[in-house]
Amino acid sequence: MEVERRKIRALSPLEQPSSPEELRVRQLRARDMLRGSIDAEDLDAYVEDRVATTSLEKIQGWARANSVFPMTFGLACCAMEMISVVSARTDLARFGAEALRASPRQADLIILSGRTSIKMAPIIRRLYDQMLEPKWAISMGACSSSGGMFSNYAVVQGADKFMPVDVHIPGCPPRPEALLYGFNKLQHKILGSPDPGWRQRYNAEGTEEWARGGVASRPSEEALAAYAAARETLGA
Amino acid sequence: MPDAPGLELIRSEINDRHPGAVLDTSFGHGQAALIADPEQILAVLRWLREEPGQEYTFLSSLHAADYLPAEPRFGVHYELLNRNRVERVRVRAALPDPGGSVLPQIDSCVELFPSADFPEREVYDFFGIVFRNHPDLRRILMPEDYVGWPQRRDFPVGGEPVTFTHNEPGAPLT
Repeated sequence: MEVERRKIRALSPLEQPSSPEELRVRQLRARDMLRGSIDAEDLDAYVEDRVATTSLEKIQGWARANSVFPMTFGLACCAMEMISVVSARTDLARFGAEALRASPRQADLIILSGRTSIKMAPIIRRLYDQMLEPKWAISMGACSSSGGMFSNYAVVQGADKFMPVDVHIPGCPPRPEALLYGFNKLQHKILGSPDPGWRQRYNAEGTEEWARGGVASRPSEEALAAYAAARETLGA
Repeated sequence: MPDAPGLELIRSEINDRHPGAVLDTSFGHGQAALIADPEQILAVLRWLREEPGQEYTFLSSLHAADYLPAEPRFGVHYELLNRNRVERVRVRAALPDPGGSVLPQIDSCVELFPSADFPEREVYDFFGIVFRNHPDLRRILMPEDYVGWPQRRDFPVGGEPVTFTHNEPGAPLT
């Protein structure tokens, strides 16, 4: 058997100039650049080839939208659909949110998957408050969005009565595809309005945990003013 | 399961020992029930549990109901079971509503049936029926600061009104 031996050549023409003339052209262009005397059009072309410009907010939003950490948190039957979203058929990992964290301190997305009873509401609110900024919430299904079929004394009529919600997903329960679509909507929202998130939209900037001095903190000055105004209005 | 004459026998035997303890019996739909005087409910339950030949030693359920237009208003139901003969009998105590903020009261049967602890708390939680001598009578399902007795028939359903096709304005009555 005859073995042919030859030297490995790189595929890119940058690696190996095809001719001595081309090598000479490259050497001269590099020398011009080092001197800073490359022409305007050539410089534009050179930069456009190699550099992309963006803003810090955009790239932050891009990173956040593609690495959301949802919280491992199921409320009711919608949780079954939420669980199947991370499984093989509708793979949430395709959108970078496969790492479900068991602690609110490590999560930045809470999916309210089911009806919230009035006994559970303060606990959910507490979990939401413990999540780190920036944070988002998805209200999944009819029950957590509006109370659904449970129009009675025991169920909160819509989770946005006690916490901010970014995306409402209809359905009873929504299919996993619907949850995935809602999550994509949330990604677009994160890309569009990155930093303060709901605090800006709800006019609540300055009420963050860190801004108020840690965990065991008092209400912000804005909140205190709002409480005082409410007390005056009520005449108490 | 005791049939209608058997129930009458049980009634007369209990009333011999505790006069006026069993007010009535009912037998229907294959279910036997004794209607007991709420003041002597413990005597009736103890007799059914300990009398030789009866020995309904298992309390399979304890629950209440609100029959609002009827009087007396509340019924506390004790479902007793003899597990050897697989016989069931129901004891019903009809409780009148004292009205206002006064709650109806009945003796707790936890000393006879320890499994009645949580069901009695649930009945208290939803109907506001106080079980005397219960070891720990607190709300069990609703939040502890909840106000009202939500399973009573005169308690508002709550929630928010939803316009369906059958109740939207101008819809024909069906």
